[in-house]
Amino acid sequence: MGMTITQKILAKHAGKDYVEPGELINCKVDVVLGNDVTSPVAIAEFNKLGVDKVFDKERIMLVPDHFTPNKDIKSAEQCKTVREFARKYEIKNYFEIGQMGIEHCLLPEQGLVLPGDLIIGADSHTCTYGALGAFATGVGSTDMAAAMATGEAWFKVPETIKFVYYGKLPEWVSGKDLILHTIGDIGVDGARYMSMEFTGEVIKNLSMDNRFTMANMAIEAGGKNGIIEPDEITLAYVKERAKRPFEVYQSDEDAKYFEVREYDVSKLEPLVAFPHLPENVRPVSEAAHVSIDQVVIGSCTNGRIEDLEIAAKIMKGKKVHPEVRVIILPGTQQIYLEAVRRGYIEIFIEAGAAVSTPTCGPCLGGHMGILAKGEKALATTNRNFVGRMGHPESEVYLASPAVAAASAITGRITPPWAV
Amino acid sequence: MKFTGKVYKFGADIDTDAIIPARYLNTFDPVELAKHCMEDADPEFPKKVQPGDIIVADKNFGCGSSREHAPIAIKAAGVSCVIAKSFARIFYRNSINIGLPILECPEAVDAISEGDEIEVELETGKIKNLRTGEEYNATPFPAFMQEIMDKGGLIDYVKDKLQKEKA
Repeated sequence: MGMTITQKILAKHAGKDYVEPGELINCKVDVVLGNDVTSPVAIAEFNKLGVDKVFDKERIMLVPDHFTPNKDIKSAEQCKTVREFARKYEIKNYFEIGQMGIEHCLLPEQGLVLPGDLIIGADSHTCTYGALGAFATGVGSTDMAAAMATGEAWFKVPETIKFVYYGKLPEWVSGKDLILHTIGDIGVDGARYMSMEFTGEVIKNLSMDNRFTMANMAIEAGGKNGIIEPDEITLAYVKERAKRPFEVYQSDEDAKYFEVREYDVSKLEPLVAFPHLPENVRPVSEAAHVSIDQVVIGSCTNGRIEDLEIAAKIMKGKKVHPEVRVIILPGTQQIYLEAVRRGYIEIFIEAGAAVSTPTCGPCLGGHMGILAKGEKALATTNRNFVGRMGHPESEVYLASPAVAAASAITGRITPPWAV
Repeated sequence: MKFTGKVYKFGADIDTDAIIPARYLNTFDPVELAKHCMEDADPEFPKKVQPGDIIVADKNFGCGSSREHAPIAIKAAGVSCVIAKSFARIFYRNSINIGLPILECPEAVDAISEGDEIEVELETGKIKNLRTGEEYNATPFPAFMQEIMDKGGLIDYVKDKLQKEKA
């Protein structure tokens, strides 16, 4: 019987010809990832294993990005633990402040995650790399610890839901809107334990940055992974970055899907997810009554160059609303530099926005833009849970960079065509 | 393993930010994390929870982040077991890996009320409501996961495996 791309990657890494949904398998992993919040826990667990080396010095990625640059003494201690571990075990891909970026922007950019890979990361948004045609999934720190020692992890082979997007993508509608629409349709546990395969003519014409945004939020529907079959766009992105060989997998024509859902995108509008779940999705035109105190543009969901490009296009020559704080976080140092070269940073600063070094910062209520009681933020991030960006009585609305930039100017949630 | 405890009920889609807000993730000391367990879902929870108490929640418990701090906080708060209609994938995996007992049982969730005393037998998945005398059966774990739990979590399981490979 045919297999989906997810089954094929899992089968290959389990040393099998065929795997079926529900099967428990042990796999070799290509990459193991951790950040400054999850790695310290993993390091403590790793130390209990009594091993004297890691499985592969080049395949472990340690990216301090959550509470960095160190926000307080405790965070500094956590980062120090990670740094010392990296030195002791000669981890090649440890990224210090100044070279680092938000992990899920950084690893694809650096060509460290590739099509056909099996990647586990102690961060739920590890699913981002599925945009490259890799199997990538979030795990906890203990799984990370075990994999750092053994280079292996166990999996239950997931069922796959296929999402087919067709029609003409309207202006201002982005990958963010496609994934919000999908989560709004199936709910925050609609793909629980399952693989989400994104396909159709719309996806085939979608840029890598937009594809990363879609795969990134698979976890917001409970998905185990989000995945897009590699094509010319993927290969063009990977070609100059890959530092090792990789394999391209496609789903078989006779692959079995748990379900196929089709979306005509032609009449789609930019969307906004209302508090406090990413499934609470409404068209932006129905959200214009919401006034906001803060706008955040960035994160592993929308901190890439195309995201900054559209924000700059909208904000050029305009001023941020006097009652709104706008915080822009380029995803990596390279994205930041590119934004400087293209003049976007000048546009943002002249408009009255604050531009920060790469960090997850406010997305998870860490630092660099925490909300006070009763405040509302519109963010290009991925979660709007209670207290996500600060006080438990603050609110987060999720949208695309275009909606965020337009709203920054008017002070309330605004469609991009209205400014 | 058998537990008896008082029930604290929670709704659907309790996310890991509600279980342990990220503002406390600058440490992974279980005692510190326990002080803020479930804080954004019920600010009083850390103060009122007693050792052995049981969390009973609706669907998709533990959705969101991969932070292992979430099951660590629950375990360190003294909670003996979490029963839910369903668990988010990473939380489920993390709980098994760190040895926090969890059970999936939709009918028990519907029938059990806040404050009930219940008895849970982990091996059989039998849940008994001591107030009403009703019994429910949770979905048993696959043998492989049971094996990890029997070893006390993934680290001891892997340690054992590595030692066997060496020998």
